[in-house]
Amino acid sequence: MSISTTTSSNEPSGPKPKQMFAPGRMLVYAVLIVTSIYWLLPLYVMLITSFKNLDEIRDGNVFIPGSHFSFDSWDRAWNHICTGLNCNGISPGFWNSVIITVPSVIVSIAVASVSGYSLANWPFRFGELFFTILIVGSFIPYQVMLYPVVLLTASLHIFGTLYAVILVHTIFGLPILTLLFRNYFASLPPELFKAARVDGAGFWRIFGQVMAPMSIPIFTVAVILQVTGIWNDYLFGVVFAGKTNYPMTVQLNNIFTSTMGVKEYNVEMAATLLTGLVPLAIYFFSGKYFVRGIAAGAVKG
Amino acid sequence: MNDNTQVNTTGHTMADGKGPSVSVQGLALSYGSVKVLHELDLHIGDGEFLVLLGPSGCGKSTLLNCIAGLLEPSQGKVFIKGKNVTWMEPKDRGIGMVFQSYALYPQMTVERNLSFGLRVSGMPKPEIKKRVDRAAEILQLQPLLQRKPTALSGGQRQRVAIGRALVRDVDVFLFDEPLSNLDAKLRAELRVEIKRLHQRLGNTMIYVTHDQIEALTLADRIAVMKSGVIQQLDAPLTIYNKPKNRYVAGFIGSPSMNFLKGVITVGGANPVLQVGSRQIGLNDYVALRPLLAGTEVEFGVRPEHIRVGPATDAGAPGAFPATVDLVEPMGSDSLVWLNLEGQNLSARAESSEVFAHDQPVSLRFRVALSSLFDAKSGERL
Repeated sequence: MSISTTTSSNEPSGPKPKQMFAPGRMLVYAVLIVTSIYWLLPLYVMLITSFKNLDEIRDGNVFIPGSHFSFDSWDRAWNHICTGLNCNGISPGFWNSVIITVPSVIVSIAVASVSGYSLANWPFRFGELFFTILIVGSFIPYQVMLYPVVLLTASLHIFGTLYAVILVHTIFGLPILTLLFRNYFASLPPELFKAARVDGAGFWRIFGQVMAPMSIPIFTVAVILQVTGIWNDYLFGVVFAGKTNYPMTVQLNNIFTSTMGVKEYNVEMAATLLTGLVPLAIYFFSGKYFVRGIAAGAVKG
Repeated sequence: MNDNTQVNTTGHTMADGKGPSVSVQGLALSYGSVKVLHELDLHIGDGEFLVLLGPSGCGKSTLLNCIAGLLEPSQGKVFIKGKNVTWMEPKDRGIGMVFQSYALYPQMTVERNLSFGLRVSGMPKPEIKKRVDRAAEILQLQPLLQRKPTALSGGQRQRVAIGRALVRDVDVFLFDEPLSNLDAKLRAELRVEIKRLHQRLGNTMIYVTHDQIEALTLADRIAVMKSGVIQQLDAPLTIYNKPKNRYVAGFIGSPSMNFLKGVITVGGANPVLQVGSRQIGLNDYVALRPLLAGTEVEFGVRPEHIRVGPATDAGAPGAFPATVDLVEPMGSDSLVWLNLEGQNLSARAESSEVFAHDQPVSLRFRVALSSLFDAKSGERL
């Protein structure tokens, strides 16, 4: 019997047909949908609440958007709400957070990338020991070191200023970042480093022209880690900044704790969303660099 | 080139009799208690193509990295062009290096890859352009100059890597298994290109490989290495025909040499070797030292030095009876696997000859081209 095209409907041939509603697939989708609802629902409630007025909030329909849409509560949160004794909104806190975050992120990543690179590529005496200390250091809880660091910044006469917060964030970011960079640079092909040395490039040139351009993904990861970590920090801000320099997170908390009379849920929601905008934006815009190829072309593959 | 080249001594057997271009003296390297290199001495003539050959982990790449200055030796000295470079940076040694993984800078174009070293050294732009153009012309890279490494094939990438060494106008080229990542056809093509490059430039080249065909085809001399020691340093054909010991004999040659266990029954001027129940005269064999009766030996004979004849000849003196196990046709010839009184061996035969399983045949060995090794020490006799 010859093989004819008419019998091929039951005979396996070409791509295997995929079932649209296979039980396994259904389960995966169900889990994904439930998880997204779980995470998105609070955000939804916060958003619609921030656009309602207080009367609508008192009606109690948490999941239903209000009838008039206004930015009044956002304006109030940014410019007028009382955080503790001051009633300038949380915009001063926003700028404090920016002043803290930008230099801490830049300095800590600059220092950590260079130390990670030298740990990975330029073996030196006691390098391994240094690296071990670094790992141990990155696991010590901050609370343990809080009191000594307060004394340290006090003796430097920067306690109660933004400099203290910047310094503390920079230093405490270093162990984990150095670890991150060392492991990344160690995973790059060693021949590349050797070739650059044969070509006559020195420590800084190899870092700047060979290693760093290949390391955009890890720099992106480091920026995300540091910006979100420092922006979201509460502890160091409340301890080191001093009453007039509180970062946004501390001011946000003060809104909740210092309210007199009516609780302005819509303004609180708006303030919270404003505080979360920066980390959100960071995730949103840097996502694509995560997936970029790393050393495509340097090694066969 | 004579056959008595001393291994691990300072014997100056150079390709052309000039002074050594690269010279390694008493070089040793150990990581803690693990010795990777054992006090090596090696002298490479000006313009010589030397191949370091050995299995992985034998220390050949380590030796190359020490010559390049990328690894610090535990002891010993490295001389390049008569200058002690042991403490010098790689860039000051007058070397160029080509790596197995190409190691091209992925974010730079081919042109910038080639010129990187020159730009680092602060060379004026017109001179850089001249050198890059020359290298691109030699390696036929002109159409690729503006591409990034990702847009190149493996063979093109390796040509760029060779070009990067070429533009620097160095005295010594170091190759670290440059063809191992390429497929068989490209490997054969690039092998010829490297040999042509050596003919054209006349530079000293040191080439690390585990591929014996590459070693045999490219080298002026081959250094066969095992566990950090050079086993034999000789011209390719000397290594092939007169291996110094059992290890070299087994490593070089594909299909590999056959080893038959035997005993020297008669020593002196007309020595006789007994293999199994038969005897064979060793008058044609050029021995390095007197053959003593009673010595247990391994008789090494390459497949092409065995003649397979009809079973009727098996009674003749010097002939051995054997049976055919299986045949591997190779196209140009066939490899016949045989059984000689319990010992297995292979022989080359015309591909037109037909053999059946268990067919009885007779064998004759070309004693003059064979090797005898002491069964205990493995040294050539």
